[in-house]
Amino acid sequence: MENINTEEIKSLIQKWKGKDGNLVMILHEIQNRYGYVPRPVSLEVSKETGIPLARIYEVITFYNYFELCPPAKHTISVCMGTACYLKGAPELLEEIETLLHVQEGQSTEDGQFHVNVVRCLGCCGLAPVVSIDGKIFGKVKKSEIMEILSRYTHEENNVKV
Amino acid sequence: MTKVVQAQINGILIRVPEGTTILEAAKQVQIKIPVLCKHPDLPPEASCGICIVRIKGTNKMLRACCTPVENGMEIITHDPEIIEIRRTVIELILSNHPNDCLKCQRNNDCELQRLTADFGIHSESFPTFLRDIPKDYSTNAIDLDPVKCILCGRCVHVCQNQQNVWALSFLERGMQTRISPAGDIQLADSPCVRCGQCAAHCPTGAIVEKDDTGIVWNALQNKEKYCVVQMAPAVRASIGETFGQIGVNYTKKLYALLRRLGFKAVFDTSFGADITIMEEASEFEERLLKQTRPLPLITSCCPSWVDFMEKFHTDMIENFSSCKSPHEIIGVLSKTYYAEKFKIDPSKIFMVSIMPCTSKKYEIQRSSEMFASGFQDIDAVLCTRELGRMIKQAGIDFENLPEEQADSILGEYSGAGVIFGSTGGVMEAALRTAHYLITGRELEHVEFESVRGLERVKETEVEIDGMKIRVAIAHGLSSVEYVLEKIRQAKLNNTEIPYHLVEVMACPGGCVGGGGQPYMVTDELRVKRAKALYSDDKDKEIRFSHQNPYIKRLYEEYLGKPLGEKSERLLHTTYVPQPLYRK
Repeated sequence: MENINTEEIKSLIQKWKGKDGNLVMILHEIQNRYGYVPRPVSLEVSKETGIPLARIYEVITFYNYFELCPPAKHTISVCMGTACYLKGAPELLEEIETLLHVQEGQSTEDGQFHVNVVRCLGCCGLAPVVSIDGKIFGKVKKSEIMEILSRYTHEENNVKV
Repeated sequence: MTKVVQAQINGILIRVPEGTTILEAAKQVQIKIPVLCKHPDLPPEASCGICIVRIKGTNKMLRACCTPVENGMEIITHDPEIIEIRRTVIELILSNHPNDCLKCQRNNDCELQRLTADFGIHSESFPTFLRDIPKDYSTNAIDLDPVKCILCGRCVHVCQNQQNVWALSFLERGMQTRISPAGDIQLADSPCVRCGQCAAHCPTGAIVEKDDTGIVWNALQNKEKYCVVQMAPAVRASIGETFGQIGVNYTKKLYALLRRLGFKAVFDTSFGADITIMEEASEFEERLLKQTRPLPLITSCCPSWVDFMEKFHTDMIENFSSCKSPHEIIGVLSKTYYAEKFKIDPSKIFMVSIMPCTSKKYEIQRSSEMFASGFQDIDAVLCTRELGRMIKQAGIDFENLPEEQADSILGEYSGAGVIFGSTGGVMEAALRTAHYLITGRELEHVEFESVRGLERVKETEVEIDGMKIRVAIAHGLSSVEYVLEKIRQAKLNNTEIPYHLVEVMACPGGCVGGGGQPYMVTDELRVKRAKALYSDDKDKEIRFSHQNPYIKRLYEEYLGKPLGEKSERLLHTTYVPQPLYRK
């Protein structure tokens, strides 16, 4: 996680101080800035505004838009539309979940992958379909999953080197 | 004058003040509308829907708990369809509720279970869907099991509004809604002050006191242990409710009971209160006359208030009385003074406190000063509800027990000691003794009516030797803010202090309304419990702590003088700022 810039948060809060409904606006700015609402930032907001952390989390968890975890590097979407479902998408999802040790809707611990289920990506002819960061993989077989995922982990390794 | 509205309930004419809810109005015509989320002590949450009633001429079902009676309304509270809808509401709640009543701490004392029985629900009408939410046993005082929560909102209301602690909140929405400590952490890492108001108001087993009865039964069986016990003032006034007796003072039967349970000596926390007063009133006298430390002096016998101050109001630390709470004082003296006098090995003594309070469970390990005897001064704390269960387990016919006395040297209390259990009681007891310490004369009128009662903040002035002593009493932690703000403003502007002496109790009504007391407390009940304590005081021959012969003896034989070296070492404590969020 990147470092939290306390000054930046203070000035952001200053902008909304004393205004009605300011908590949602502050949280919006934070979500836009970091891609999620980091806990240390929530604590800082609580300290600066006097709004209890309990209330801040009530709001964060009430609205789908706000995230409590950093977005993963890659988003995997497994299509569960009718065609993909019949062509074996559940098996693909299971394989992905097993390989990455996550459940649908979760991100891997290292923050590399987020696994989603979606309904129809609009290319039923290619069923079953998996998309990673918007790139479509069609007619995917269970046995190919490992290789597809490794392209992304390798790419990551290359960047690191 | 309030306007009166006229309406009909089940065909019977009613006239009620404008604003009266249908639920309240129905009582006038002997109708009990079933409720679940509505607690008589709290404003309506209107979250469950069991109290729906029908207004003649419309299809609409309205919630009786939050709908005021309007002129000309024809209300129907019970018909077959209404009953069927209520049953469905309960069945839906049950479909998200674990079916383990037999093993639940609230078994036989649960509002949901009672309704289920009343409505004759014998089978599952909807498939059960239980969520996987972990239990929270982190505080050693209050246990949280969010799966048993029916989302009534009572605990969130008391924690946020009545107590201003904001440890509990609802997280997420819709089907996913759940109660959780602030920001999804453990309760012990949250601002929770363990007051237990959430547990006292919970309709089910979702929030309960940590059950320590097992530890106490084990100690009572252990031949190596010398089990002694003390009971707090407020317990004597509420234990009767376990057997349907309201506002009865059971002091002497409780002494007998505790002996029959197997305790070798029975002490009274009210005696500890007398000692607290000796120390606290001396501290007050010193601050007032010698300006050793700043005024106002703020009382510190309530551990939730101490916890709250250490988390939220650390600028008040120097104003806090360093004196320990009465039960901690009895604890340390039982393992020192009493042990020495009766030649008992203090390492064998197992000291149990019977308290109206969940926070006392946490207090017994709150700092190294709670081990002043060289051992943990209090070994276990049971709250009133737990004692009620133990009485039943022991098969004792409590109401027909003979009356007995407490064990002397830590048992004989003055009238001032027993009123500690009510809001304003510590103040009144302190003023009685402070008057003597300051003037050398006894008060003619011992009763300070102006510090009594349930007004959330009480401010008054008392004259001692021509000096005007300004005092404030607050109970229910949300009431504290007003008092502290006044003190802060005076500090800031360097103006005269608004008060000399301040008493704070975390729970509304003081200890009689404590988080460990019997369920379904209302202001009416708080008054009745307090009344039992005030009449105990009135009946006492000795009504001043400093006149108590056992107090005199204790200081002569053992402690020396109030605030003396030994007293400071055994009876006093320190306070340090605590983080609001530990994670």
